[in-house]
Amino acid sequence: MKVLVPVKRVIDYNVKVRVKADGSGVDLANVKMSMNPFDEIAVEEAIRLKEKGIATEIVVVSIGVKQAQETLRTALAMGADRAILIEAAADVHTDIEPLAVAKLLAGVVKEEGPGLVLCGKQAIDNDMNATGQMLSALLGWSQATFASELAVSGDAATVTREVDGGLQTITVKMPAIVTVDLRLNEPRYASLPNIMKAKAKPLATKTPADYGVDVAPRLSVVKTVEPAGRKAGVKVSSIEELIAKLKDEAGVI
Amino acid sequence: MQFGLTEEQQMIVETTRSFVENELYPHEMEVERTGHLRMDLIKQVQAKAMQAGLYAANMPAEVGGAGLDTLSWLLYEKELGKANYALHWTCVARPSNILLAGTEEQRQKYLYPCIRGEKWDCLAMTEPGAGSDLRGMKASARQDGDDWVLNGTKHFISHADLADFAICFMASGEEDTPRGRKKLITAFFVDKGTPGFTVRDGYRNVSHRGYTNAILEFDNCRLPKSQILGEVHKGFEVANAWLGATRLQVAATCLGRAERALAHAVQYAAERQQFGQAIGKFQGISFKLADMAMELKAAELLTWEAAWKFDQGTVTEADMSMAKLKATEVLAFIADEAIQIHGGMGLMDDLPLERIWRDARVERIWEGTSEIQRHIISRQMLRAFGA
Repeated sequence: MKVLVPVKRVIDYNVKVRVKADGSGVDLANVKMSMNPFDEIAVEEAIRLKEKGIATEIVVVSIGVKQAQETLRTALAMGADRAILIEAAADVHTDIEPLAVAKLLAGVVKEEGPGLVLCGKQAIDNDMNATGQMLSALLGWSQATFASELAVSGDAATVTREVDGGLQTITVKMPAIVTVDLRLNEPRYASLPNIMKAKAKPLATKTPADYGVDVAPRLSVVKTVEPAGRKAGVKVSSIEELIAKLKDEAGVI
Repeated sequence: MQFGLTEEQQMIVETTRSFVENELYPHEMEVERTGHLRMDLIKQVQAKAMQAGLYAANMPAEVGGAGLDTLSWLLYEKELGKANYALHWTCVARPSNILLAGTEEQRQKYLYPCIRGEKWDCLAMTEPGAGSDLRGMKASARQDGDDWVLNGTKHFISHADLADFAICFMASGEEDTPRGRKKLITAFFVDKGTPGFTVRDGYRNVSHRGYTNAILEFDNCRLPKSQILGEVHKGFEVANAWLGATRLQVAATCLGRAERALAHAVQYAAERQQFGQAIGKFQGISFKLADMAMELKAAELLTWEAAWKFDQGTVTEADMSMAKLKATEVLAFIADEAIQIHGGMGLMDDLPLERIWRDARVERIWEGTSEIQRHIISRQMLRAFGA
């Protein structure tokens, strides 16, 4: 079974994000970029499926600017076999919207014929949490989101989902889209010998036109603002006062 | 000129950096405070380093290393160098390149086990009476039939307590040179447990807690000639041909710690408020930051250029000496200024600064003192004029 893993190049999770002066978005100039952490978990899961003999080939795909090939190389160095870059933007500040990404991925799926698509549940930059679900709708495939456990056997996958207040275990028919959550696994380090070998692995470059998809934005960003700064705390003089404040002002008890 | 890193080099930096931050930093406090690195901890971190392909990555791919070019190797050294020395040296060991000089039989016995993490090596040159002037060494090797008999003392031998064997450089004869009579040197593999070979605890010292030095004593230690590394009387030749860019390795690990100290200083200068503003806004602090960043960059450029030239085969002794000299002195400067910016907090061991400051001291001494490096640099300049 072939496994397709879409990976997104996002602002590194350690970077302190700064809003651009004109409020049109966040400043990405000279900012460290890395693979979306949830996508890294998806790549790791695909590699584990291959190590178990369930997956035969891992294809990673990224949609965005040319530099996204660095993200693909990281996935190849972790253990993916082949990469596809769909160059859909020239400016690093252009974010391709989930529906356009899903349509492009649907095109890749038709071309590659994977038995499973493993996606991160969301990208940490815009937190849309939509691409996996949209792809499932476009393909008419089963979907299992927020996976914290995954077992594939035959033509079914058993997925434990992290839902509000607990865990839900479902079985879906293959082929399927599985979006992965934080606790599914701990991604491995791209090992040094594999980093050196990654360059030799194939990386194909495509454009949205190859899939007949128009990636022009449908949404317009009205304003981007920094989160409100933390307000100074207050000191209370007694337990009674604390309980009163929690009850009356905060309304949490 | 091309100053950018390749994709591979960026990935090497990222893998090594996240390994150092996630797997080494959490154990630093224990090693710093106890002065001891537990064997069970070594084994635990070593296994992870092997999985990440970081262990012995300095070695060529054909013997199980990562097959890195010199610049890539030094980028890896720089990241490792950020952590406590005992932790990174022991748990992510880089066996000496000189092990590659051995015969196939010697490689089986020493090189491959080191790469597999089953053995550790150490190098013994320095003696109480022979530091910078190595050819003044007294510890000797005398031929007796097919055997060699070793006598004398070596000291300051790094991690010899942990090592399973030592590569020992011994005076095996004398020769006349234009600068008087000089010792001929032969290198030997000496296994722990060889009769007549004793490893004693060394000195407690200011730098690199948990990273020990030892005293090696040879008392009629008898070795078969198969223990000779390279040829008889050719110990320095084998060292020069195989040891590789050890000065650049020192430079790179110093760059790592200097970068770590500078990062702390910048963050503190931006966050610490005094007299109603961030202290970094005071010129007394901001100018320090600018000088620290500039000096670090200068040291980095010297090191990376020497690394690049090393692979081109055009590197000179002076290039490597300049990189080692600059990086070790810049580390001392940055560590000191980073503490000054932190004030009292910089002295506390809750932050890594006080130890970076202590650890900086040895770097200007080992692998050739700053004075020896200056001698090498100026010698190359003067020789052109026949001086």
